[in-house]
Amino acid sequence: MEKGKGVMGSRKWAVDFTDNSSSPSTRDIPDPPGFTRASQDQDDSAMSRQKKDAEANWKSQKAWEVAQAPFKNLLMMGFMMWMAGSTVHLFSIGITFSALWQPLSALQGVGKVFEPYKDSKVDLLAPKLLFIALNLGGMLLGVWKLNTLGLLPTHASDWVSSLPPAHEVEFSGGGIALH
Amino acid sequence: MPKMKIIAILPVLMFLLLIVPSFSLFEDQVGFMDWHQRYIGKVKDAVFHTQKAARKRVVVSTHENVIASLDLRRGDIFWRHVLGPNDVVDNIDIALGKYVITLSSEGSILRAWNLPDGQMVWESLLPGTKSSKSLLVVPANLKVDLDSPIFVYSGSCLHAISSIDGELLWKTDFATHGIDVHQLILPSASAVVHAVGVTDLSHFHTYEVGVMSGEILKHTTASFPGGVYGEILPVSNDRFVALDASRSVLVIISIQNGKTHLQQTHVSDLIHGSSRDTVILPSKLSGIFTVSTDTCIAFIKVTDEGKLHVMEKVDNKVVVSDALSLSEGEQAFALVQHGDSKIHLSVRLVHDMSSNHLKETVEMDHNRGFVHKIFINSYVRTDRSNGFRALIVMEDHSLLLLQQGEIVWSREDGLASIIDVTTAELPVEKIGVSVAKVEHSLFEWLKGHVLKLKGTLMLATPDELVEIQKIRLRSSEKSKMTRDHNGFRRLLVVLTKAGKLFALHTGDGRVVWSSLLQSLRSSEQCSQPTGLKLHQWQIPHHHALDNNPSVLVVGRCGSSLSSATAMSIVDAHTGKEVQNMVPTHSTVQVIYLPFTDSTEQQLHLLIDADNRAHLYPKTPEAAEIFQRESANVYWYSVETEAGILRGYGVKTKCNLDEYCFEARNLWSVVFPSESEKIIATVTRKANEVVHTQAKVIADEDVMYKYVSKNMLFVATVSPKASGPIGSATPDEAVLAVHLVDTVTGRILHRMTHLGSQGPVHAVLSENWVVYHYFNLRAHRYEMSVIEIYDQSRAENKDVLKLIVGKHNLTTPVSSYSRPEVMTKSQSYFFTHSVKAISVTSTAKGITSKHLLIGTVGDQVLALDKRFVDPRRSLNPTQAEKEEGLLPLTDALPIIPQSYVTHAFKVEGLRGIETVPAKLESTTLVFAYGVDLFYTRLAPSRTYDSLTEDFNYALLLLTIVALVVAIFVTWVLSERKDLQDKWR
Repeated sequence: MEKGKGVMGSRKWAVDFTDNSSSPSTRDIPDPPGFTRASQDQDDSAMSRQKKDAEANWKSQKAWEVAQAPFKNLLMMGFMMWMAGSTVHLFSIGITFSALWQPLSALQGVGKVFEPYKDSKVDLLAPKLLFIALNLGGMLLGVWKLNTLGLLPTHASDWVSSLPPAHEVEFSGGGIALH
Repeated sequence: MPKMKIIAILPVLMFLLLIVPSFSLFEDQVGFMDWHQRYIGKVKDAVFHTQKAARKRVVVSTHENVIASLDLRRGDIFWRHVLGPNDVVDNIDIALGKYVITLSSEGSILRAWNLPDGQMVWESLLPGTKSSKSLLVVPANLKVDLDSPIFVYSGSCLHAISSIDGELLWKTDFATHGIDVHQLILPSASAVVHAVGVTDLSHFHTYEVGVMSGEILKHTTASFPGGVYGEILPVSNDRFVALDASRSVLVIISIQNGKTHLQQTHVSDLIHGSSRDTVILPSKLSGIFTVSTDTCIAFIKVTDEGKLHVMEKVDNKVVVSDALSLSEGEQAFALVQHGDSKIHLSVRLVHDMSSNHLKETVEMDHNRGFVHKIFINSYVRTDRSNGFRALIVMEDHSLLLLQQGEIVWSREDGLASIIDVTTAELPVEKIGVSVAKVEHSLFEWLKGHVLKLKGTLMLATPDELVEIQKIRLRSSEKSKMTRDHNGFRRLLVVLTKAGKLFALHTGDGRVVWSSLLQSLRSSEQCSQPTGLKLHQWQIPHHHALDNNPSVLVVGRCGSSLSSATAMSIVDAHTGKEVQNMVPTHSTVQVIYLPFTDSTEQQLHLLIDADNRAHLYPKTPEAAEIFQRESANVYWYSVETEAGILRGYGVKTKCNLDEYCFEARNLWSVVFPSESEKIIATVTRKANEVVHTQAKVIADEDVMYKYVSKNMLFVATVSPKASGPIGSATPDEAVLAVHLVDTVTGRILHRMTHLGSQGPVHAVLSENWVVYHYFNLRAHRYEMSVIEIYDQSRAENKDVLKLIVGKHNLTTPVSSYSRPEVMTKSQSYFFTHSVKAISVTSTAKGITSKHLLIGTVGDQVLALDKRFVDPRRSLNPTQAEKEEGLLPLTDALPIIPQSYVTHAFKVEGLRGIETVPAKLESTTLVFAYGVDLFYTRLAPSRTYDSLTEDFNYALLLLTIVALVVAIFVTWVLSERKDLQDKWR
């Protein structure tokens, strides 16, 4: 139903009724009579600040939760890897590659994951770092698994196994007299 | 196993998991990529058997020691026995009309074979007292107590043997008389055997021996001071003819009334003119004998009064057959005269010598050369007259049957004695094929695949199954005359003992061309030439693509090492002799240098008996290339009699010849003659390709192979143990093996096997050598392996340095740097004795190797090299198991499925040649002896291609079905979407 979505999206519209500006001088239209901006501000400010704080708190809490999510993943992956064993076959290779791919795709989408929790008051750096660290940990786990499977070129044998024999300077031929 | 590679071959591994593993063949795959041809060799003697109404046949014995019964109508082999190289057939005959009697091994073994099926009926050993000629007489109708005796003279004894069961009836020793018997004659209707012989070459003796008990009844003697040359031949029952020692006087010996008369006649009186090289030909004509001189052949009649009378003289190129008895005491014989691409066959009757009874002219391929032998046989025509058929043996060892002026059949039996083998590429396919052909082949192709599909789906009827099998065997692809992508189609160029070159197509084994080389035929400059070696001369790849590939044939005129050389260069596509050289120098060794000139001709060095090197081709360009490289060119000689290895380098040019170089002796290895005798040497094949210098062992450790083309394996035994097995005690027998560097003469490794002896068969490849010998203490054959590793490179283990390329692994190496080596070896018992060992070779050397072992049963066994690994241990660790190391066993397994010759035998197996195909996984194997066998092997299975019988039609059908399914489901889903939207 993608086509339908596109049509609906173009039809969307919205009016923003909120007005957060505090100084009247910046506006062209004068305030209506009997409307005192100061009193309203004073009235609502406490309440809205509280609200905002709560929201920020909630956002940061959520961000931390999201940042910690890969940890569970990490544990599960570790279990799966332990199950897969250390011989090269379809299952172990599949798991290892997914263990490598998941963190990689997660790292690519770091910005997107934390977008809903973007707030001027919320410091997203720490959760982001944690998220990245955990994902890197997952990736390391994958690499380690790859190594235990023996698929990483970390030995001398991996670099010389296809080295052709060295050229010989001398040539010699001969043998028993032909008869 | 290298880990990097795993990733690359992973899809292949996965694919292989889906295929049912099978090393051996299925029944219906026989003949699909292999072929087998049976031969008998050059015919020495032939006996016809055509009397009965049964199938007409001819029994032959050959120089390859084969006795065979051939179908006279088609030339097929009814049955055949190969007696082996030490059991030379002396005589054959037919007894009682049902047994073939053969006398072999210098007259010491007499055997009877059942004529219809070739089963052996009996065998008698006739131990003699002194070696002598061996004579066999099978009387046609002599009965002694319901038995027909066979008379054999061998080992200076006359034996009478029952033809029914081979029992010895009696034996008379002539050694005590000191007489050398030349002829046994059995006059018809008498109970005596006449034995004619000489003592001290100056006394004639005739004995009459009773057939009943073997006592000597009568003995006459006469002295002849002139001596005897050659044999005494019978002219009639009481007359013999001999030649005196000076070869100029004919002696007629006649026995009358118990007395011997001699009558001498000068050959020059009978045959006017020259009379050198006189020989009396054994022709068995009654009353007539044949004398051959250097100018002519004369038929001489002995009249009743003892007078000699020359009946006819013919050219000495004429070949005369033995006499054939016809009905009513008539005798016939045949003469063959060679004309220009024709042969003239004439049959004459003894009573009427003046005219030809029969004269026929037969067209003959000039590549068959001259007629060497003729055997005739008669049959009765419908009009009751006599017809004749002639079996002729040609110069190229082929066998032909002539009847009524036509060649009824021919057999290429020269292929039974192959000297050397090489291969040549076929021409590249020309673009531009006619449309009709494509349509036809497309239709055929489709039909074939539909049939195959039916077979796969088990829908085919038995008739169709037969048709499928036929299509598979006859697939036109495999016998095409063009190069194929996989390199399976090639020409096997073989040189035979007759000096004939054959090109066999690997697809079906047919002879593409054959050519009797002019340089290897007897001529005035070159008498009795023999072929020595066959090399690839020109292999067009990049530069000279328009040229055909060509091969170099090197031969020798005469038998001594210092005789002159005969050389030919032959076009490998047409069989034409491009160049024909008769250089004056001798040849003891041909060295194939790893250099080519601008027309891609390979440079060759021919070493002569005086240790001078002659460069070929004789062009200034080749000389320049050689001069540039000559500082690094060495050669060596192995003198087996003296027990010396000598190494040489180039010193200077010879005095006059631009292309001749003097040698400089650089080193010698002398084996002490009292303790070591060289029995075998082997080197790596010049064209072998090694993929890598590193061997990855368990735990990703690495060992560096000592890969050198200049390594020679030498096996020596103590002189006492150089005889056959059993001639020495275990304490006397010592087998020593050496690995020698042939540039510097350095002995890289030496090992002794106490209590072991030869014969040694060995193969050297990459960095290992496998050899086969007999262990006298264990009373079993053994196979040992030596692997040699380079210790000077062992430090190259730092990954970082390897990554940045800081290592000395690719720098050129010199033998003078004396690298330190380390060897590993192990011995295993092996059940069979061995006739030849070879190893598979592939294009890039990546595929694992199999040893090809020619067993005593004349079969070829493929043995995985992993079984002869020196690192096998009793309890391999997990890592070693992963590497593919097998647990140690004391004997090598012989798996019946791994016989590459499956049900066939390559009788008289002499050699196994392997040639890499272009496809890395595959190697072409050609085994030759009296028989020929060719097959294709994939030691690690065909991991790089689909099998030949892969069902492309099924694949196509599946793809089409899938595409249709995708289309249909897409349409359906579109329709459903639309309905959903309207809802």
